[in-house]
Amino acid sequence: MNLRRDVFQAIADPTRRAILLLVASHAMTAGAIATNFDTARPTISKHLQILTECELLAQQQNGREIHYHINAKKMKEVADFIEPFRQMWDDRFNKLEAVMKNYQTKK
Amino acid sequence: MELKTKIDAEDGKQYLIITREFDLPVELLFKAYVEPEIVEQWMGTKVLKLENKKHGGYQFETSDANGNVVFRANGTIHDFVPDQQITRTFEMENTPFAVQLEFLEFEQLTGDTSKLSIRIVYKSVELRNQMLQLPFAQGLNMAHNRLQTIVNKLK
Repeated sequence: MNLRRDVFQAIADPTRRAILLLVASHAMTAGAIATNFDTARPTISKHLQILTECELLAQQQNGREIHYHINAKKMKEVADFIEPFRQMWDDRFNKLEAVMKNYQTKK
Repeated sequence: MELKTKIDAEDGKQYLIITREFDLPVELLFKAYVEPEIVEQWMGTKVLKLENKKHGGYQFETSDANGNVVFRANGTIHDFVPDQQITRTFEMENTPFAVQLEFLEFEQLTGDTSKLSIRIVYKSVELRNQMLQLPFAQGLNMAHNRLQTIVNKLK
């Protein structure tokens, strides 16, 4: 499994980034996180699962409740990577290519 | 899978190199950089000025849905060789980031494919590293703004 790529797929999703920011201030249960979104609860659970699998979030058992908190070390690692920079250029160039292909056929 | 866009950023150096191969003849790739209405389409910014010549200048501007200017950049064109190269400076206005120097090289690979290499030189190693991390920070900012919108809706 390409973990590094998975991490960036994880943060590429705006809902998952919003979850990370939400949990950044304090640990929360899945239920508490879900109340912040219009999205269905199972969808939020899936997002939490993905974030946990790539270690951006960690689970902590508090009695009967499971709290999610940010894995700061992993977040720092991700921030040091240049993958989002590459993706920004890749998106931009994909667009350029699409625009010019369209231009070519229109001519 | 081979990545189409590559970033070469050596540790401790104050430049980086972006390379990309396109399924486009080099003339079309170059055109995407010189025709203002095409630049607007793929850069997602308004082109206020674009003088494709030695000693020419350019200025881009992006506004949000409310018409507020959120991004403005400008530069001077130092060298302009059609279908081959553009050398220019690039500066984001109203930001703490210093001007950067860009060498764009366009190369024909086959009749239908071409390659673009951009070497960007920054004022310092620190600034280069900061710029590399900017999209990540912006991604988080965007998420934060979205979160703010959601929270405001709840109020």
